[in-house]
Amino acid sequence: MSVLVFLDQAEGHVKKSSFEAASFAAKIAEQTGTEANGIVLGEVKDDLQSLGKYGIKKIYHAADAQLNQFDDEIYTALIADTVKSSGSNVVVLSNNFNGKAIAPRLSVRLKSGLISGAVGLPDTSNGFKVKKSVFSGKAFANVEIKTDIKIITLNANAFKVTEGSGTATIENITTQIPRRKVNVREVNVVKGEVPLAEAELVVSGGRGLKGPENWGIVTDLAKALGAATACSRPVSDSGWRPHHEHVGQTGLTIAPNMYFAIGISGAIQHLAGVNRSKTIVVINKDPEAPFFKAADYGIVGDAFEVVPKITEAVKKLKGQK
Amino acid sequence: MKILVCISKTPDTTAKISFTDNDTKFNESGVQFIINPYDEWYALVRAIELKEKDPSTIIHLVHVGPAENDAIIRKALALGGDEAFRINSHPGDDYYVAGQIVNLAKEQHYDLIFTGKETIDYNGSSVGGMIAEFLELPYISLATKFELNGNTATITREIEGGEEVDEAALPIVVSCQKGMAEQRIPNMRGIMSARTKPLKAIEPVAIDPLTSISSFELPAPKQGVKMIPADNPEELVRLLHEEAKVF
Ligand SMILES: Cc1cc2nc3c(=O)[nH]c(=O)nc-3n(C[C@H](O)[C@H](O)[C@H](O)COP(=O)(O)OP(=O)(O)OC[C@H]3O[C@@H](n4cnc5c(N)ncnc54)[C@H](O)[C@@H]3O)c2cc1C
Ligand SMILES: Nc1ncnc2c1ncn2[C@@H]1O[C@H](COP(=O)(O)O)[C@@H](O)[C@H]1O
Repeated sequence: MSVLVFLDQAEGHVKKSSFEAASFAAKIAEQTGTEANGIVLGEVKDDLQSLGKYGIKKIYHAADAQLNQFDDEIYTALIADTVKSSGSNVVVLSNNFNGKAIAPRLSVRLKSGLISGAVGLPDTSNGFKVKKSVFSGKAFANVEIKTDIKIITLNANAFKVTEGSGTATIENITTQIPRRKVNVREVNVVKGEVPLAEAELVVSGGRGLKGPENWGIVTDLAKALGAATACSRPVSDSGWRPHHEHVGQTGLTIAPNMYFAIGISGAIQHLAGVNRSKTIVVINKDPEAPFFKAADYGIVGDAFEVVPKITEAVKKLKGQK
Repeated sequence: MKILVCISKTPDTTAKISFTDNDTKFNESGVQFIINPYDEWYALVRAIELKEKDPSTIIHLVHVGPAENDAIIRKALALGGDEAFRINSHPGDDYYVAGQIVNLAKEQHYDLIFTGKETIDYNGSSVGGMIAEFLELPYISLATKFELNGNTATITREIEGGEEVDEAALPIVVSCQKGMAEQRIPNMRGIMSARTKPLKAIEPVAIDPLTSISSFELPAPKQGVKMIPADNPEELVRLLHEEAKVF
């Protein structure tokens, strides 16, 4: 019995969300009196032994260049084989784009129950139950897995990364890699930006900003804070901002440490995607804006006057120019 | 060309979320149900667009659910689609739903299976991937664009911080999200013709769900908002730094 965590990499670097998943897996192992191991697919530039500091004992590594590019079918096959050969009974993945593609496949391949979007550790006092986010963040469900092997995907920012001092051992795995059926033609990733899905701080703008030409106040504040940017649905629908920034019930669901909403009314469909954020700040000129009811801090005022001053104050505090 | 579109039923996006029976059941009283937005706006409409381009295309809809959900299926048929199947059962979990759909797909041999990105109530984002694994087909998750050239599909999917353009030969399974198509409103002709389109109820195959929901909870309410005067934004920054410790 052991816990196996899939450590996702991009361009040779293990993703930040995988550190959360690793810490989560280690905690489950501790809770159930077993060990947590990890699996890494593709060549990596990082020192994998250092992942031991998140509580990972052993890393199964298939360092084959053919695996550098993600493929859900191939990754699933290798992870499933490792689950079996290592005798793992809990499999942890991040509930990110790759995790959402692999976890359902693993569930079928291993005929094992899947809980996607976990927000906390399993309750193993009576069976195996995990709390997950449902109704797009408006509620939680406690879901029980009935099979011997349990598969869990962890929501971003739902579990704190814990660092210790361990060192992981590496076991290289070599296997027959199945034929790739999906050919990746292009990968377009915006470099240097904080990916929204795993960002700890998010600054978001709504229709109150009047037009794309005014977005400078949003991006300036985001830059000063080191935050990702997001927007409400009408903003992306009007093409003011790219689609991938759209948060809410029909967009991305996020739960950062701070969500900073500028000129967003706080419609129920918008709140659904952001209301699990730890701290919510709302800047709106209308004191009756529904968003204030869901906020921790608020300023009633004109964004065009208030936000640049906030950016200045942040820079001053951080000692930035 | 034969396309299957998976249609699920969800509470309206403005529905008040509450629970009954000791927090074990969703409280449906006063709640409006709709076609899951991702299934309707993106999966179904993109399938309809493909048929408009190539009228020989056949579109099937499938829903796993009880007879009372026929109204939702008719609504979907009013937008488009030639024929619908309702697998007559209460959807157990995503594995159960996927297994039922796979059973239909094995008889019907689809070139393309479209699902929504996720249901807005359970948020599993799993049924599509499960169908693909059962059928050993490629799965393109979270697709934002879909083009067809003969037997080859070119699909754009969302990845962390950007997108990826993939190419795959049919048959494939695709989960659809924003960007795939534009929302449509059914017209009178569609609504009239939906009444006579075939909607077949078929009996489920025996599949044991692998998970079950034991209870629901609502998040703890917010403590209440701290208002800061507009002429003192520095105070907000101080609170964020010292009290909330967000940076
Ligand atoms: C099925 C369905 C799904 C949906 N899904 C989503 C979703 O996923 N995400 C989403 O965001 N929306 C979604 N919506 C839309 C949602 O209902 C709202 O229409 C939308 O969120 C409103 O966007 P907004 O707050 O930017 O704009 P508005 O509602 O127009 O609000 C603008 C706000 O800016 C304020 N303002 C104006 N000028 C200033 C100024 N100078 N300074 C400060 N404040 C100012 C105004 O007081 C107002 O509160 C959905 C709707 C439906 C029906
Ligand atoms: N009961 C159902 N009947 C038919 N299709 C479904 C059902 N439940 C889910 N789906 C499809 O699977 C997608 C993903 O659902 P889920 O994995 O539950 O989030 C939905 O957008 C639908 O296309």
